[in-house]
Amino acid sequence: MDKPANNENNFWQNLANSPSTNDFLKGLWKDNPVFVQVLGMCPVLAVTNTAANALAMGLATAFVLLMSNVLVAALKDFIPKQVRIASYILIIATFVTITDYAIQAISVSLHKSLGAFISLIVVNCLILSRAEAFASKNTVGRSILDALGMGLGFVVALLCLGGVRELLGSGSLFGWMLFPENFQSWIVMILPAGGFFTLALWLFLINIWQERKQKTINHG
Amino acid sequence: MAEESLWQIFIGASLINNFVLAYFLGICPFLGVSGKMETASKMGAAVTFVMLISSMCAYGIHQVLVAVNAPFLQLISYIVVIASTVQLVEMFVKKMSPALFRALGIFLPLITTNCAILAVALFQTNKGYGFLESLVYALGAGAGFTLALILIAGLREQLALVKIPSTVKGTTLTLIIAGILSLAFMGFAGLG
Repeated sequence: MDKPANNENNFWQNLANSPSTNDFLKGLWKDNPVFVQVLGMCPVLAVTNTAANALAMGLATAFVLLMSNVLVAALKDFIPKQVRIASYILIIATFVTITDYAIQAISVSLHKSLGAFISLIVVNCLILSRAEAFASKNTVGRSILDALGMGLGFVVALLCLGGVRELLGSGSLFGWMLFPENFQSWIVMILPAGGFFTLALWLFLINIWQERKQKTINHG
Repeated sequence: MAEESLWQIFIGASLINNFVLAYFLGICPFLGVSGKMETASKMGAAVTFVMLISSMCAYGIHQVLVAVNAPFLQLISYIVVIASTVQLVEMFVKKMSPALFRALGIFLPLITTNCAILAVALFQTNKGYGFLESLVYALGAGAGFTLALILIAGLREQLALVKIPSTVKGTTLTLIIAGILSLAFMGFAGLG
């Protein structure tokens, strides 16, 4: 009875230490694209006035990131070095156009509320930086894991912002009213200024958390 | 009448719907290059110039795409035009003024991924502007971008002399300043 349990333990340990797990996990926390690398700020601030918009934008970006990472990694031996950035942008633009039309087909109202920001995924620095820094140097498999991790990290970050802004700005979450009728909503949170303030607040909290951790390490 | 509406487009793009502070476009260079006044103003000028050229090209491309009925090529052709415009500007600046070229450094090629420029091209198409209106719109957007960049750079230069807690240093502080500036720019909404 002992042996299988042991094996299982080993399995989890191996999984936690393997490089592929690291490829996936680093995007979620250690190298989170929004909170740590501060990449792709435009959609982060612009469309997070409701949690639903934030989720849709995050998923669309993650999809484009995944597909372009796969294609860049697969084609890396065929793309001449001099024109690689232009080729990456073309690949990304193709998938963004696909996403744009897909969202329009799924929900016209969502397409309207995200507006031009779907097209602007093309110039999201996050996608280009993953293509250049990771996918162009690694295998397709690792690039998929990297894109999944980064994409998920991006979605989580957008939800963090969208959730706070919608909760305070209109008293609801995903359209469900959470506060009683007499809740005085903070209009400023759904205005552009609220986006800046919310992101500043999250970065501030993360800074405090990291400083604490640093202190305990120093004391220990 | 026509003059007044052009003026309205300019004010609208530069102040009321400021690209940085109301639409959150071009945040990356906004956070990255806004440390010093000098680089900020040069960056603003370069972005405005690329905006003007790419706006003209985008207008032409839009006419062609409408003529051949291929709207799905819009995004791809716009981004190609912007990338090549930036390349052109880069070569031009390198030839004409090597000093400026060195000062701008990596930020010159990075203009390609500045969302504000693609946004100008997309918005002017969505709004159905004519050639002259597009030009004024691009000029206004560029002026607004430069204004926001210079404002932030000025504030950040001052704040560099102040003692602040380490937890809010850097991006956090810049974002808070940007939020307050954005509140201030909301006052321009009455101008429309």
